[in-house]
Amino acid sequence: MQRIGVFVCHCGTNIAATVDVKAVAEALGHEPGVVISQDYQYMCSESGQNLVKDAIKEHNLTGIVICSCSPRMHENTFRKAAASVGLNPYLVEIANIREQCSWIHKEIATATEKAIILGKAAVAKVHLNAPLTAGESPVVKRALVIGGGIAGIQTALDIAEAGFDVDIVEKEPTIGGKMAQIDKTFPTLDCAACILTPKMVECSQNEKIHIHSFSEVSDVKGFVGNFTVTIKKKARFVDETKCTGCGLCTEKCPMKKVPNEFNMGLDNRTAIYIPFAQAVPKVATIDPNHCMMLKTGKCGVCSKVCSVGAIDYKQQDQFIEEKYGAIVVATGFNPIKLDKYDEFAYNQCADVVTSLELERLMNAAGPNGGTLLRPSDKTHPHKIVFVQCVGSRCDDSKGKPYCSKICCMYTAKHAMLIREKYPDTEVYVFYIDVRTPGKNFDEFYRRAVEQYNVHYIKGMVGKVTPKSDGKIDVQASDLLSNEQLHIDADLVVLAAAIEPDKTARPLATMLTTQMDTNDFFTEAHPKLRPVESATAGIFLSGACQGPKDIPETVAQGSAAAAKAIGLLCKNSITCNPCVAHSDELMCNGCSSCEKVCPYGAITYIDKEFRMPDRTTAIRRVASVNPAVCQGCGACTVACPSGAMDLNGFSNSQIMAEVDAICK
Amino acid sequence: MQVNNNFEPVIVAFCCNWCSYAGADLSGTNRLNYPTNVKIIRVPCSCRVNPMFILRAFQKGADGVIICGCHPGDCHYTSGNYFTRRRITLLYSMLDFLGIERNRTRLEWVSAAEGAKFAATMQQFTEDVRKLGPNRRLEDLRCRKQ
Amino acid sequence: MDKNLKEQILRASGVNVLKCMRCGKCSGTCPSYDEMEYHPHQFVYMVEKGDIEKLMNSASLYKCLTCFACVERCPRNVEPAKVVEAVRLAAIRQQGNNHLTPAMIPDMIDEDIPQQALVTAFRKYTK
Repeated sequence: MQRIGVFVCHCGTNIAATVDVKAVAEALGHEPGVVISQDYQYMCSESGQNLVKDAIKEHNLTGIVICSCSPRMHENTFRKAAASVGLNPYLVEIANIREQCSWIHKEIATATEKAIILGKAAVAKVHLNAPLTAGESPVVKRALVIGGGIAGIQTALDIAEAGFDVDIVEKEPTIGGKMAQIDKTFPTLDCAACILTPKMVECSQNEKIHIHSFSEVSDVKGFVGNFTVTIKKKARFVDETKCTGCGLCTEKCPMKKVPNEFNMGLDNRTAIYIPFAQAVPKVATIDPNHCMMLKTGKCGVCSKVCSVGAIDYKQQDQFIEEKYGAIVVATGFNPIKLDKYDEFAYNQCADVVTSLELERLMNAAGPNGGTLLRPSDKTHPHKIVFVQCVGSRCDDSKGKPYCSKICCMYTAKHAMLIREKYPDTEVYVFYIDVRTPGKNFDEFYRRAVEQYNVHYIKGMVGKVTPKSDGKIDVQASDLLSNEQLHIDADLVVLAAAIEPDKTARPLATMLTTQMDTNDFFTEAHPKLRPVESATAGIFLSGACQGPKDIPETVAQGSAAAAKAIGLLCKNSITCNPCVAHSDELMCNGCSSCEKVCPYGAITYIDKEFRMPDRTTAIRRVASVNPAVCQGCGACTVACPSGAMDLNGFSNSQIMAEVDAICK
Repeated sequence: MQVNNNFEPVIVAFCCNWCSYAGADLSGTNRLNYPTNVKIIRVPCSCRVNPMFILRAFQKGADGVIICGCHPGDCHYTSGNYFTRRRITLLYSMLDFLGIERNRTRLEWVSAAEGAKFAATMQQFTEDVRKLGPNRRLEDLRCRKQ
Repeated sequence: MDKNLKEQILRASGVNVLKCMRCGKCSGTCPSYDEMEYHPHQFVYMVEKGDIEKLMNSASLYKCLTCFACVERCPRNVEPAKVVEAVRLAAIRQQGNNHLTPAMIPDMIDEDIPQQALVTAFRKYTK
């Protein structure tokens, strides 16, 4: 038999002025199961709480109802009070008679009547409350960072700094990402390599950080604090532990005509290669699509010259399985392909380049050793046209609907650097809007205009036509002076939109995290939880969440690290006990619940059941992982057999409330 | 048809914990009046509302049921309110089949900041249900108030 | 009056002029740019402002080749050429006012005439 206590709060006059609290206490005292019904001036005060605690002890209560303010205000207060005297905190129910009764109604009679009904509903519910215990789930003290660009590097360094082991999984042979390809950084114009490579080296030297280069995540299982990840180490045909990175093999390799990805295909590399001089790990990799030995079995030069015997043509893809407590996604971005923008003649003319290609053309370690030359005839360009918003801010059918954010600034940087180094060059920038929000950003852009005399023209380029004399005709509009311009350019630079890396979407599926329609990862809250995904234990770092420049990426990388550290610090995580559970005897394994679960908390297990005729049968039944379930209840409604129920908000509890209100 | 002037409808409101319940609290904090007929049941998410609960309410003598959730795209559980929307649409066709007036059931999006909208919605809904008169079709007479 | 005209042009062209972000790519690509008083981007902008009389009286209206380069290149699918066409249509309709009244329709109908033809005739020849 239930023994329920009801406590009605006056809240000074907040409630008592419009609700006859004595009448409420009196009426609820007659409800079945109620053994004590009291009113008090301030139930949340120390003495009010003591009143509740004493009553629980004295009357040996099995459940209490507090008629007071909103549960969003003081539910926790009373739960703690109940727990302190040994009553399970989930046996406390609040009837909201302040925000939802006394404050909105003026007539005492009707307000009192409503307060009594709300009280009765709470009493009816508490009859069915079950004691719940918050489960605990251990946390593996190791983090995984997916992506080894500046975002991943920063996150890994910060987590390692806090004393936790971190693994970086990078799909390319070296970490460094896009920043390694960049020449200078805005708005300070310091050299990207000078600030990035020390961080890369730090990663390789930090004993807490383990780099899996040339690797991919192939499977993720588990949940917050306890992920099991399978990492595919792609065969690089070189033993990482033996290779010293001396580079002799890359000098001797006879296959020298492979387009060099690191230089955006502007020059060639060998079939066995180290992407760039400061690569981390500095280990050679054989490109199986071009290696003669792997393709035809005839060559083997690299293995002959290698003094440490690191070359292994028989190497296979390896799969390793590792456990992690937290996962940080830092998969980054790529510039979009410009194939469908015929008007800019990108595919027809070598002297129409993307901004990232220009970075390599200007880089001291690039194909021209830092001298800006036209890719076609290796002459100095004297007239350069920059086109902004190529593929950004487009209708969905034409490109990307969003602003790529970084192009305005890097174009100003390029224009400025070119004018600085080659003052005889004329630079035109065609823009729709110049967007420079950021510390020292607008000043930087103004400097390009005022100090370096870069011609900024409002209007878009309509057509780019390569001419027979090697010049490029750029036809554009100047909207402010209302004319159509033709410029004989030597070089055209397209600020291509950026998009999330192609690996992001399959990864999101594996991680059960959400993405927007542009394949950017969705944060848990756009303002208040910008570095967490909605899936517990998965954090977001860098441009995988949206276009970002380097300072923002680093800031987000550190923020994601801080969130991951906060999780890894805990020995175990307390789970919300108000989670779904399935009645295995009623479940028929139909998968309806699994399909609606936004967290992937539901799995199916084959379980043995004893049948009426004393045989055992194996049936497929749903099983909810309480550490992953967030308690939304979507599954409870989807379940056709009514096997799914939600702790704290069970079907019978809500029905009891409905009955009490309608009675 | 005879109109009963003293008719006070019984209205059950299901409010999701994260947006609408907070919106209801806000209308209280701002002292925005709405009729006492509305009694709120707190659920974690609007998708926790089983259409069965709505039918049960009608059976037990409720005259109107309103379900409030977060605005589309704002669901605390990311997609719960989309399920609600679909389920209520399906429920409507069932209610049509049963001959229950559609206007007795309503789905509204109320955010935690929309106290005024909450109060206005409740006022409007109560008026609408009052105009419809008592729910007689689905009411189980055995449950009738004495 | 002008407001109705604008509505009519928006409906006839099926173009949402508010999508335009004034990048000028349509004018940047237009082959008859130099012949025009008002250029493709201005067409879109003037329709948005409701400045349509001016457009209807301008010779620019007939300089458009309807080559659809602007439609092809517009990053936001605004389709300026369709706006031009709609303004032309409006000009045709206004010159002699109503060329067709519903009363004339029954005589015109025969078995083979597609319904679309009637609708088009109405659009073209009725104010």
